[in-house]
Amino acid sequence: MNWKTFYAMLSRDGHVARRNLLPTLMQNLLQPLLLTFVFGRVLTSGGMMQGSYKNVLLPGIISISMVLSGVWAVAMPLISEFQFTKEIEDRLLAPMATQWLAVEKVVAGMIQAIVSGIVVIPAAYLMMGSGANLSFAHPLQFLAVCFLIAFLAAAGGLTLGCSIGQAHIGLMFSLIIAPMIMFGCVYYPWSFLKAFPVLQYVVLINPLVYATEGLRGTLVPQIPHIPIPAIIAALVVMDLVLLVVGLNRFNKKAVS
Amino acid sequence: MGIGIRIEDLRKIYDSPPPSALRGAGGFSFTPVRSAKSKDKKKKVEVVALDGISLEIHPGEVFGLLGPNGAGKTTTIQILTTRTRPTNGRAFVGDHDVWQEQVKAKLLIGVVPQRPNLDFALTAREVLLFHGAYFGQSHKERARRATELLEKFKLTDRADHMVRTFSGGMMQRMLIARAMMHDPEVLFLDEPSAGLDPQTRLLLWEIIRDYNRQGKTIVLTTHYMDEADTLCDRLAIIDHGKIIAIGTPRDLKASIPGGYLLRLRFDRAPEELLARLRTLPGVSEVRSTDHIAADVYADRGGPLISAIVNSAQSAGAELHDVHISEPSLENLFLHHTGRSLRD
Repeated sequence: MNWKTFYAMLSRDGHVARRNLLPTLMQNLLQPLLLTFVFGRVLTSGGMMQGSYKNVLLPGIISISMVLSGVWAVAMPLISEFQFTKEIEDRLLAPMATQWLAVEKVVAGMIQAIVSGIVVIPAAYLMMGSGANLSFAHPLQFLAVCFLIAFLAAAGGLTLGCSIGQAHIGLMFSLIIAPMIMFGCVYYPWSFLKAFPVLQYVVLINPLVYATEGLRGTLVPQIPHIPIPAIIAALVVMDLVLLVVGLNRFNKKAVS
Repeated sequence: MGIGIRIEDLRKIYDSPPPSALRGAGGFSFTPVRSAKSKDKKKKVEVVALDGISLEIHPGEVFGLLGPNGAGKTTTIQILTTRTRPTNGRAFVGDHDVWQEQVKAKLLIGVVPQRPNLDFALTAREVLLFHGAYFGQSHKERARRATELLEKFKLTDRADHMVRTFSGGMMQRMLIARAMMHDPEVLFLDEPSAGLDPQTRLLLWEIIRDYNRQGKTIVLTTHYMDEADTLCDRLAIIDHGKIIAIGTPRDLKASIPGGYLLRLRFDRAPEELLARLRTLPGVSEVRSTDHIAADVYADRGGPLISAIVNSAQSAGAELHDVHISEPSLENLFLHHTGRSLRD
């Protein structure tokens, strides 16, 4: 394995990400902060929601920020670079087995997802105003969950990026991303779905559920959540499945 | 010491439209061949891009693949550069099977693709620097080489501009500079001069010759006769995925009977004169439509001139103009396939 090449590609992605820092930050931050403000601040201060809703919402916001930024960071460049211009070809011709390029993309996506999480946590917390009670009693579990979420996002981005053509980006958003967010337990804990028993089990195929519930379980354990060991197990399985599927699709796209 | 290339019975059958056709690259002219299983519900369309090609490219030579669009030139290059998996057969760069030992093969080759695939997120200098980094060059080395290449390709003043703002010709130069960045032993150029202005084309030819002088092997595809003729040590003429002729441009041209064409113009060319021309040694055909000009097809060029002048004098005509065209690859292609290269 040619680590020099791998590292050079990682630094290329880092270089491009730094060049696009401002737009990327805006893209990743604006929406979560607006959501935080409207749901966490406006609705709670007006009395529509109880103040404790902030505790439910904050982990959800962090989770969608991490997942979306990771998916975006991997999927969008792949979709465009595999299209018409075939920009990716210079890296496919680099002296490294082609699928390591996919691995590199996943690592780069994970870094972006983690950075996004690191930025969103304090920003959303501040935007929320007083009232969110975050607990950092289980830092190791929290870090493990964050790592698995970043992995999930990047591997998911790889799978999506290698499955979807440029013409279908809009469709991907409305058919995949939007339902994932709505049924990803972002705005409510999973246990609230018990009134809809079928739905409650159907949503378990949605990886975002484990991401949000995992963050809830580690940041605001006082809110009912799926048990942490089950979450970690589910995230590991989903990470691996998405990685394998993504690598497969990547290989198919990379070589004709 | 240069690196040679060996191709053994290479076949490539696409079961969906080939990627370059999807990208709209110079219209694929295949007739889709239905497979034997076409009676199945799924109508599987097979496109035979390469139909058993074998050839050997010697170390240090400039080798040309000549043929019309869709002949299989690009597929051959794509297989040799690890980008396409052959259906059958093997291809070697040096001692490395390009499919089995991809990384070792990739270290030896530089590729200039048919269409610009520059990294649009970077500037010209960055494209070269990162390319050097992918190939493990040290910081100092890649900075030096990038500066040299930008200078050589007359891109220094645009070095720090994003490549997506470049014109077609500049992108083409960037592609070649990038391919040379890691000093590969074998340089592949897929239609390098398509769409270039004549001046840039000459610069390109000079650069290719110069690179070849360092002992590097060059493989290029083209559908320009003059390019194949002036640049290549040896040529393979490909059509419908098969090699129809292979050899030096000179030998190939010599293989056509009566390959020379003498275009003559007289003050007048009466039937008597044309008849005399037909009897000259080595002449296979004489055509005249207006009784002023005559096209003489013959197996020799210059040596016929004095005989032509004599014939003209004895027929009472005067020779005004002579143009001798040597046996051309165009004629060769016509000879072998019965159709013109541009069809």
